Amino acid sequence: MEIISLEGTEDTPKIILNKENGIFEISGRSLPEDSAEFYQPILDWIETYAGEPSDKTEFVFKLEYFNTASSKLILDVLSALEDIPGMSIIWYFHEDDEDMEEAGEEFSELVELPFEFKTY
Amino acid sequence: MKHVYDLHQAMISENLILVYEGEFTQEITKSVLSMVERNMDSVGEDSTIKRKVFNVMVECLQNIVKHSEEDNVENIKEHSAIFMIGKNDNAYIITSGNAVGNDVKGKIAEKIDYINKQDRDGLKALYKEIIKTGSISEKGGAGLGFVDMARKSGEKLIYDFKDIDGQSSFFSLQTIISRV
Repeated sequence: MEIISLEGTEDTPKIILNKENGIFEISGRSLPEDSAEFYQPILDWIETYAGEPSDKTEFVFKLEYFNTASSKLILDVLSALEDIPGMSIIWYFHEDDEDMEEAGEEFSELVELPFEFKTY
Repeated sequence: MKHVYDLHQAMISENLILVYEGEFTQEITKSVLSMVERNMDSVGEDSTIKRKVFNVMVECLQNIVKHSEEDNVENIKEHSAIFMIGKNDNAYIITSGNAVGNDVKGKIAEKIDYINKQDRDGLKALYKEIIKTGSISEKGGAGLGFVDMARKSGEKLIYDFKDIDGQSSFFSLQTIISRV
């Protein structure tokens, strides 16, 4: 399956989606000018992956910051992951970042997915 | 050249770190953000406060970028807007000003008034409701900007409209991030 590997920039996150190596990660900052456009390839990739998923998938979010437009798209990403069997979310937040912890908790209440919270 | 000195003095007396007036784009947004971040780093600002300030600045700046493209403000003087951030011992004060059509004035005021009536839990519920039911607008907004600014601030959003020409108004918005 195709590998998505995007370097992070000052306004877009680093993204690795690699089925073969079992790495599924969105990290860094997300405040793109057009978040819908930015996340569309990710949503497309997940749709394909949903048709042929691994037995277990740990999808990692390690975000330092995201804007409100991105938060809507992150929810879209989580919703797309919802129906994939064996899917779980690892939500990282910086140990003194209560807002990022709370954001993760809110997402976990909006989708039916197991969330594990970790600090860095 | 007296205006140079006057402006300089005004910035000092208002405790302004940065003022930007002109066209707003994503590139300008990134530059403003990085300048203020550097300023906060240089004084060793607390990381929680830094994150909140960054957060509110992004929503504020991207709001202007999105809405300066609106049709009904097309004729307003070069789409220009203003952004400023000030700091005193107690708080960072983030202020923006941009022209809006009088037709949307009421909607904006209603939205902010409603947000200002909510407590912490009310804002959280509102945020979740909008993110769940809303969709991204044509302008790329999620309709969550003001709610998020209020949540990060923990204080009321302050706003004002000043009529420009009977068709449009200058919308000023101020958000406070406490440092104590």
